[in-house]
Amino acid sequence: MNALPLVLTVFVACAVEAVEALTIVLAAGLTREWRSTFQGMTAALIVLAAVVAVVGPALTLIPLAPLRLIVGALLAVFGLQWLRKAILRASGYKELHDEEGIYARQVAAARAASGGRRGWVHDWYAFTLSFKGVLLEGLEVVFIAITFGASQGNVGLAALSAAAAVVVVAVVGVVVHAPLARVPENTLKFAVGVMLTSFGIFWGAEGAGASWPGNDAALLVIVPLTLLVALGYTALLRRTRALVPAGAKEVTQ
Amino acid sequence: MSRWLRSFGAFWYDFIVGDDWRGAAAVALALAATALLVHVAGVNAWWLMPVCVIAALGWSLRRATTGRS
Repeated sequence: MNALPLVLTVFVACAVEAVEALTIVLAAGLTREWRSTFQGMTAALIVLAAVVAVVGPALTLIPLAPLRLIVGALLAVFGLQWLRKAILRASGYKELHDEEGIYARQVAAARAASGGRRGWVHDWYAFTLSFKGVLLEGLEVVFIAITFGASQGNVGLAALSAAAAVVVVAVVGVVVHAPLARVPENTLKFAVGVMLTSFGIFWGAEGAGASWPGNDAALLVIVPLTLLVALGYTALLRRTRALVPAGAKEVTQ
Repeated sequence: MSRWLRSFGAFWYDFIVGDDWRGAAAVALALAATALLVHVAGVNAWWLMPVCVIAALGWSLRRATTGRS
């Protein structure tokens, strides 16, 4: 199978999560202290790298059919989650992810919180805020990189693609020195959701024993079909929403 | 310890399954049905997963937007 879908999906998924992590890191660094923020970020990146280094090779030891069944199931479930949220946001039923709003809330919380030194960390609040933000956003990326990479027998390439996205977002973040509010996050999440769901369908069915007509070429039908269905649901919900009375339009989940 | 285990389980549940467990259940059922059709009935049921996943997504969206999730 061509490695391009692997590289693109992991890169875009990682870029989206890196943008969200950057917002938290900036809030911690600019309002508290950069040294502790970097320590927290570095600690989280080390944990994430360790997870990839341990779980990635371990997954490649599993025979391909059961691996694809497990990975297919996980990707389909995970993809449905991303796609559901992206469609609800695109159709107006859920608020769009607002990096500037999140940044303002994080800054207010960081200013109000008390500091305190613990061991070699000068500002424990900045450390934990940065550590948690990077770790939680990074776990999604690690999950996608490992499952995608293991199924294609190329965890290294997936990890490289994820690292490239982190570097790009970090460089842009340093240059802009503000939350990357202009990144079309929902569109990117929509695209990643389509890819995860499509590959989940493909690998899941293969792992369960089915053979796709045209083998890998079936993806050239599954991906556009998933995209069309997702766009169709979005259009349908937009139309439905226009008919619903104001006040009853937002969903909480 | 049990509180830690509960929050650890809750974290992974929320991480993988998310807001709607029915989507995860639909995927699991679709894969089980595909395996049964292929290995027991001898039917190459490649079409079952796309149909079930598309239906599960529609069902989940409908529940979310009609306030039944």
